[in-house]
Order: sequence, then C-alpha cells, then structure tokens
Amino acid sequence: MAMAALRKEGRRLVLSSNPSSFARSAVFSEESCPFGARSVSTQIVRNRMSSVKNIQKITKAMKMVAASKLRSVQTRTENSRGLWQPFTALLGDAPGVDVKKNVIIAVSSDKGLCGGINSTTVKVSKTLFKLTSGPEKETKYVVLGEKGKVQFLRDSKKSMELSVTELQKNPLNYTQVSVLADDILKNVEYDALRIVYNKFHSVVQFIPTISTILSPEVVERESESGGRLGDLDSYEIEGAETKAEVLQNLTEFQFSCMMFNAVLENACSELGARMSAMDNASRNAGDMLDRLTLTYNRTRQAAITTELSEIISGAAALSH
Amino acid sequence: MKARPPTPASIPSKLTVNFVLPYRSEISSKEVDMVIIPATTGQMGVLPGHVATIAELKPGVLSVHEGSETTKYFVSSGFAFIHANSFADIVAVEAVPVDRIDPSLVQKGLADFTQKLSSATTDLEKAEAQIGVDVHSALNAALTG
Repeated sequence: MAMAALRKEGRRLVLSSNPSSFARSAVFSEESCPFGARSVSTQIVRNRMSSVKNIQKITKAMKMVAASKLRSVQTRTENSRGLWQPFTALLGDAPGVDVKKNVIIAVSSDKGLCGGINSTTVKVSKTLFKLTSGPEKETKYVVLGEKGKVQFLRDSKKSMELSVTELQKNPLNYTQVSVLADDILKNVEYDALRIVYNKFHSVVQFIPTISTILSPEVVERESESGGRLGDLDSYEIEGAETKAEVLQNLTEFQFSCMMFNAVLENACSELGARMSAMDNASRNAGDMLDRLTLTYNRTRQAAITTELSEIISGAAALSH
Repeated sequence: MKARPPTPASIPSKLTVNFVLPYRSEISSKEVDMVIIPATTGQMGVLPGHVATIAELKPGVLSVHEGSETTKYFVSSGFAFIHANSFADIVAVEAVPVDRIDPSLVQKGLADFTQKLSSATTDLEKAEAQIGVDVHSALNAALTG
C-alpha cells in the first residue's frame, strides 16, 4: 500500500518535469527503456539531484540574507511610523477626494524573487487609475523601482510620467528620500499625490496602502469650503508671509515624510516577502530532492535485483 | 495610529507632546507642563489650552518642561502643530540633546561658514553659506544661552 502511494509520487514527478525532453522522462518510466537493456542509467537522476541540491542551497542563502537585512530595516520602519502621524492628525487622510490632476506614485522593488508584492502595488495602482480618471481629468504614474516599471511599461507607457530605479542601493535615509520627493514635485503637476505601497504588518503579511497628499491649493480650497479639512481654518498659521506659502512648505514636507515612511515600509515588506518566498522555495526543493532520491534508490535497487535474479537463475540452471 | 480625543470643555492641566524625527519618535504621547518651540516668528511657549496653531520651525532650541526637569533639544527645522485639545505635534528633520553638542566644533563651523559667506560668488553658494552661518550661530546661542 505504502509502496503504491510512493510510486504515485514518483509518477507525478515525471509528469511535472518537462515533458518535451524525452531523455529526462525516459529515465523515470521503466516502460520506455530500450529493448533488451538490463538496467537504466541513473546518471541523469543524479545530475538532477545535484542541481536541485544547489538550488536549495542558493534559496536558503537568499533567505538568510533577507532575514538578516529585514531585522535592521524593520526597526527603522517601525521608528519612522511616528513621522506621518502628526500630519494625519492635522490634515486627515482623504483618499476619496475628487480632484483633476492625480499623480499615482507606485512604490515597488528593484529586485525580484519576492512573492507578489510588486504585482499587488501595480494592481492597486491600476485600479486607482481607473477610479481617478474620467473626462477632463488627468492621471499620471510615477514609478519607483525596476519591477514595477517593467509591469507598467507593458500597457500604461503613455501615462508614465517618471520612473526612478536603484533607490535601495544604499540604505534608505531621509536626505535621499527628500531629494527624490523634490525631484518628483519638480517634474509633475498635481492636485493630489497618491502613494501606493505595501505596509509591513508581519513577515508574511503586507497591506497594500494608499497615502494621499493634497496640493496646497486643494488644501486651502477644502479648508475654506468647510469640506474634509474644515478644521484647518481654525488654526492660526505662523511662519512665512502668507498662508499659501506656509501651506506649500507644509505639504511638501508632508510629502517627503510620507514618502520616507512609504519606501521604508515597502522595503521592509519586500524583504519579508522574499524571506517567506525563499523559505517556500527551499522547502519545495527539499521535497523534490526526497522524491528524486527515492526514485534513484528504487531504480538502483531494481537493477541490482534483476542482476541477482539473473545470476541465481543461471547458477540454478547449471547445477541441474 | 491612536485616535485623538475631542477638545475638552475645560483646559487640561498637562500638554500631550509628540516629538518625532525620521528615524525615531523622540517623545511619544508624553504629558508635560510646557514646551518652548523655536518658531520662525520667535520662541513660542506652549501651555495646555494654547490656541490651535501651525508653526514653521527654524534652527534653535526646543525645551520640554516637565515639573522641575527641563530637556533641551537642538532642532534643525520642521513644523509644529498645536491642536485645540492640548496636543502638540512637533516634526523635525534632525534633533540632538543640547548637551551632546561639541562647542569647539561649533566655533570652527561658524568660522568656516562666515569665511565661505564672504568669499561666495554665486547665489547658490551664498545661500548655502548663509544657512551654515544661521545654523551655527543658533547652535552657538543654544550653548551659551
């Protein structure tokens, strides 16, 4: 009974391997061994076993690297979470605000092999694009990270205003992010900036999140009309000459702070996703290796048995 | 994020302060007696029940008064929001406790930037040197005063 189950496992493995290469599948199925051949060569299985073992080593190493990087990034991310809270307390979060010029900033990673976090960002951004676009409206993308850029190039090339890659070459710091935020503000016209990123929750859980930053004009309009930001009118404003000037400084500062938190959260999610993806890959490679070892041993044993029975039956024939 | 309470009818006895930096939350929801904020319009003392204000910060000393204890930070720049419910949020780009500043380096930096300001030719250089001089003289004032 157990043998039958194991044989089934072995058969499934044959099916899952590339069916077009005859040589490879021939190794596993005994029916297709050449006529008259005594035993099947186990060379190819051995090669495959060693390659699977190597892949497992690589994925294990990648998991270790991601885990060790994650620890430092996670602390920094958690420390940066205080940064956006004062802005949200003051200005609130208004993802549903209806404005003409929307800029969607999609934060993705530069490297792959990190599960679905980049596709999630892209999917959410595209949905947001559909929601915000309409007659007399204009929505543009700003894409951070190589992987997101590739996905947007496929069908949204026209709406892509700007793309920035290799953000994470050095550890992320506020100066670098504020320069980036400045670059984005210089290059796009906006009424609302919407940052799409994956908020880190735990190593296996990321929440696609949208942060909305309104332009100074929209903030002023909303606060004067008593809309979402009605409370803002009750604040006394101290600083530069005019209210508009302070609001401009304020929203730009808010954008850089939100961006800082967003890129850190996304970097943290990326590492977490990579860690769990690589963990899965190592486990799969281990399972595959087990099945291959079983097939290998069984084939070898079958060959030995065949030879033994031939010798014994030969000897028996002679002795009579 | 924790929800903020509505504005109470009577003025509370303490001010709740959040003081955040990009890399750390220096003070988080701590109840203090008073903070003095270096706003661009001048030093601003904030007590519980202060009128709701948005203030830009300039390089200077932020002091937090709690009972008889006073903690002083030197902040580079940022924003302070004072809410009607006696909450004060201070967001700064960089801040250090004043006792960790090296006076000799401040003097050296001040001399360097003053010299740079006098020799600057382009507007950009001038502006950069001016910022350097401003920051260092504020640091100097923080240390001596």
